[in-house]
Formats: sequence, structure tokens, C-alpha cells
Amino acid sequence: MSAIRFPHPEPPPLPLSHPLDSGRAGLSGFPSPAQDYEARTLDLNAHLVKRPAATFFMTVKGDSMEGLGIQDGDLLVVDRAIEARPGHVLVAMVEGEITVKHYALLDGRPHLCSANPRYAPIPVAERDCQVWGVVTAVIHELLTPPCSG
Amino acid sequence: MFGLIDGNNFYVSCERVFQPRLLGRPVGVMSNNDGCVVARSEELKALGVAMGTPAFELRPRWRRGELELLSSNYELYADMSRRVRAVLEELCAGVEPYSIDEMFIRCEGFTAARLHAHARDLHRRVHRYTGIPVSVGIAPTRTLAKLANRAAKALPGYDGVCVLSPGSHETQAILRQTPMAAIWGLGQRLVERLALLGIHTARDLAEADPMRIRRHISVVLERTALELRGVPCIEMHDLDAARQRIMTSRSFGRPTGELGELREAIRQHAQRGAEKLRTQHGLARAVHVFLKTDPHRPDLAQYSPAAIVELARPSDDSREIIQAAQQALTAIHRPNHRFMKAGVMLLDLVETRRRQLSLLDAPQAQAERERSERLMATLDEINRRMGRGTVTLGRPRPGAAWQLRCAHLSNRWTTRWDELPVARC
Repeated sequence: MSAIRFPHPEPPPLPLSHPLDSGRAGLSGFPSPAQDYEARTLDLNAHLVKRPAATFFMTVKGDSMEGLGIQDGDLLVVDRAIEARPGHVLVAMVEGEITVKHYALLDGRPHLCSANPRYAPIPVAERDCQVWGVVTAVIHELLTPPCSG
Repeated sequence: MFGLIDGNNFYVSCERVFQPRLLGRPVGVMSNNDGCVVARSEELKALGVAMGTPAFELRPRWRRGELELLSSNYELYADMSRRVRAVLEELCAGVEPYSIDEMFIRCEGFTAARLHAHARDLHRRVHRYTGIPVSVGIAPTRTLAKLANRAAKALPGYDGVCVLSPGSHETQAILRQTPMAAIWGLGQRLVERLALLGIHTARDLAEADPMRIRRHISVVLERTALELRGVPCIEMHDLDAARQRIMTSRSFGRPTGELGELREAIRQHAQRGAEKLRTQHGLARAVHVFLKTDPHRPDLAQYSPAAIVELARPSDDSREIIQAAQQALTAIHRPNHRFMKAGVMLLDLVETRRRQLSLLDAPQAQAERERSERLMATLDEINRRMGRGTVTLGRPRPGAAWQLRCAHLSNRWTTRWDELPVARC
């Protein structure tokens, strides 16, 4: 047991919370003006994940979506509950592989496109592909996380 | 009305959500230890592979690429099960999980047409949101809902959804086609006894005189008979008796007689049991430990002992439970036996809030108890957030005999940051 060290004495709470003991100001007993705002916290999970049961995270590999702001190593938030529409960025199964593509109509016909001219658009009707979910957010971390494992 | 939502080939379906290459292929999931097949895709069933087939028998076909076998990935299955439940809870009342892949729901106040549309909606939405295909059976009782679910799955006409209204011709037809063995909770022995009374199908049982069933067999079976008639009388807590104990046991990767290895196994099981105990806010009064030699090796000395050690007071503290378990192990362990399985059972559970301090209990200062509670809560919190087994009491040696063989484990796609699915582009 002695070999295990904890980075914090106890795990910090997830949401960034306002201090809770600001309810009363000093000895006067007057309620603090901050009281009405005490319970408010910002939870990034709640903000980015609208439907937790249908939301999955994935990692991106490859550079063909950089034109749409999706870079190698980014984290995708994928919601399976959303009906895919042209304009959405999708996770799709294309011939047995999980891929990220941009869903667009070309000449009125649905295609899965890359954001890179080197890759030709895939006509949905002609290939074995299936929508897996709609990408609702891309998380791009600027500093490598200290514990990447 | 009650509904039963059941994941189709649940374990295989969980694997397929993240591995499209498995779609349309014969896939099996193996038991703990990669021992035998516990879940099969439709394609594997079509090859004639039975439930429980030993994995080694399939090895040649596996090597030729004719089928695919995976180790069981319970962390993934548990998370997918949680998601299925969450979707159901969004859409219906009274969701009660019955097992990892079966959930009961309540459906009150629907017209017949609306009920059907509701069932379809559940069927479609669970699949779309979670990727898990399910069958939906709805009927006036839980026992009938189970039969409806079976029909929804087996009969192509239903396409995954079967709603049985009370006393309909459809219900009668399904009862006639249902052999006794397919009814919920009926074991082989009972089926044979009922055959002697001339009861062969679900319909025979539904039409039998309930008093006669009670006299000849049991009150439990009388309830089943009434349920088949459409009278609800089985409650979830009737099915919950098993919760009065917590069992953690496993077969070893290879048999072992070494006390050190057995101690490690028992420590892991006791720890895991204590963790389960704390999630259900319970305290155990006693710890039961058992060992088993391999009954399929009559050439080896057979010895399958068990011992129970009472705790000084009802406890959920991993340290106290481990200590009691080790004491029990020491009492039963004999050299010169090679054990195949070890397990820990926590017995005589009480709810934490009903903790009674008795004069006979060993005294424990308030401060000490609070310290124990804090320590255990911290332990659970770390393991919840960073993944099971991040902090344990004692570390297993790598390669120990009792450790699980799971050579074909897929990623824990939804519960580990470093095992997320990769989307290519």
C-alpha cells in the first residue's frame, strides 16, 4: 500500500463549484447577495452530452478531416439518438471500418465526404455503409494530459 | 400490463456495436476463463454450436477462420446494460432489471393500439440509441410477458415485438405451443412431475385447478399457473431472495494447491464482494469461503471444503472481510490437493442504516467506524473513477494461477479512456 501515492488528498469534485460557505456574510447575519447563486455549477459533461445513454466517445486517427477542424488524436462526442442530416459530421461504418465523414448531398444524392480533396466522396447508395452516430462535438486538447493512460 | 425487454444475443450484440467486422459472422463469447461458449450469434447457432460447447472443441474451426470466439468483457456488457436501462427509463415507468440483459417495465393506461405503438417505439429506440437489438414482449403478467418475449424473438411474423392481450386467441395459441420447460422458473424435475399429472404445455397448466396445483406441487407453482391465466401475482422481490447473499467465485486458469495463490484469490474475491456490499448499502454478518477440486479428475484426491467465519460485528469494511475470509481459508486448506475453484460468499446481510449496536458486539469507537467508512468510500470512489482494481488491498502477482484466462478480450470501449474506439479519417 505504501507504494501508492495519491495526486490529491481526495479527488476534486468534477464541476467547478462556487464556494458553498459564502451563504452568510460575517456576524451581522444578513444573507449574502451571493446566496441565490450558490447552487450553480458548470458541468462540461452536461453541456456536451445531451443524452448520456446514447452518447459515446471515440478517438480520431488520420488527417482527412482537418479541413473541418477534426485533427488526429482528437476526442469525438458521438450521439446515436440524432437523425443524420446533410451537413452533419458522422461516424459511419464503411465496409467494416469505423470512419468519420461529412454527410453531404452532391447532385441531390447523399455522399460521405472527407475534408480533403485527395479522398473522393463515397456515394452512400453504392457502398456498404451505415450511419453509426452523429458527431456533436470535437475535443481538441492543447496540452498533452499528464496521465495519458 | 408488464413488458419484458430482452437484448438479442446480448453479449455478442455488445461486441458488434464497436466491431463492424463481426456483423454477419458466426461469433461466440466464452465464459470466464475462456472455458465454454456462453453467448452465440444467430450465425453461430446456425452452425449447430450448442450453448456450453467447450472452447477447445471449436479451436480448429476458429483457426480456419470459420468462426470467431471472444473472451467475456463484463465491463463492457455492464455499461451497455446500463445504457439500455437508461433509454427505457426515459420512455417508461417501473423499469426493473431482472438480469444483465432482461428488464421488466410497467405499461399502464394505454389503449390497445397505443400499446402496440409504444412497444414498437421501445424496440426501435433502444436499438438506435445503444446499438443493441432487443425483443419486446408485453402481456398482463410477468410470466406471460416472458412468453411474449420468447415469441417476439422466435416467430418471424412478430418482428421483435409481441403484445398479448388478456384472453385473446393469440395468447391461447402461444400457451398451447409452449412446452413446460420454456416457462419461467420451471426446472427439469418439476417438468417431469407435472407430466405425470398430465400437464405438458403452458395451456394445460393455465387450465389446471390452482388448488390442486398447490396441494400437489407448491404455492409457487400455483402462482405461475395463475400468472399464465393473466392474474398478476409474482412480484420482483419474490425473485430477489438471492440478494440476501453476495457471491464472488471463479474457476482458476490452472489448478493450484499453493496456499499463497489461494490467499490471493480469496483476497480478490473478498474485496470484490465487499465492494458489491457497499454499493447496495449492506453489511455482512458472516463470510463463507469454499474451495473445490476438479470433479472431472477422479484420479486426483477430491476435497471440497467450506467454512464460515462470523464477523465481530456486521461490517462492510474490506479489511475485516478479507481477514475473516483468510481465517476461513486457513481453517480448510490442506496441502496435497489441487483446487480448481475458490469463492467467497457474504452472508446474513443487513442494511447499513439498520446497523444495531449490540452489547455482544466487539466495541468499536465511533471515530474508528467513521475512519473505516471514509477509507472505504475513498477506495470505492477511486476505483469507480479510475477503473476497477486501481487501488486494491494487496497486489496480485502477474501470471498467478487463479487469474482469469481471457486471451481474446476486446477493448472496454465505453469505460476506459485508453480503450476508446478509433474512428478513421
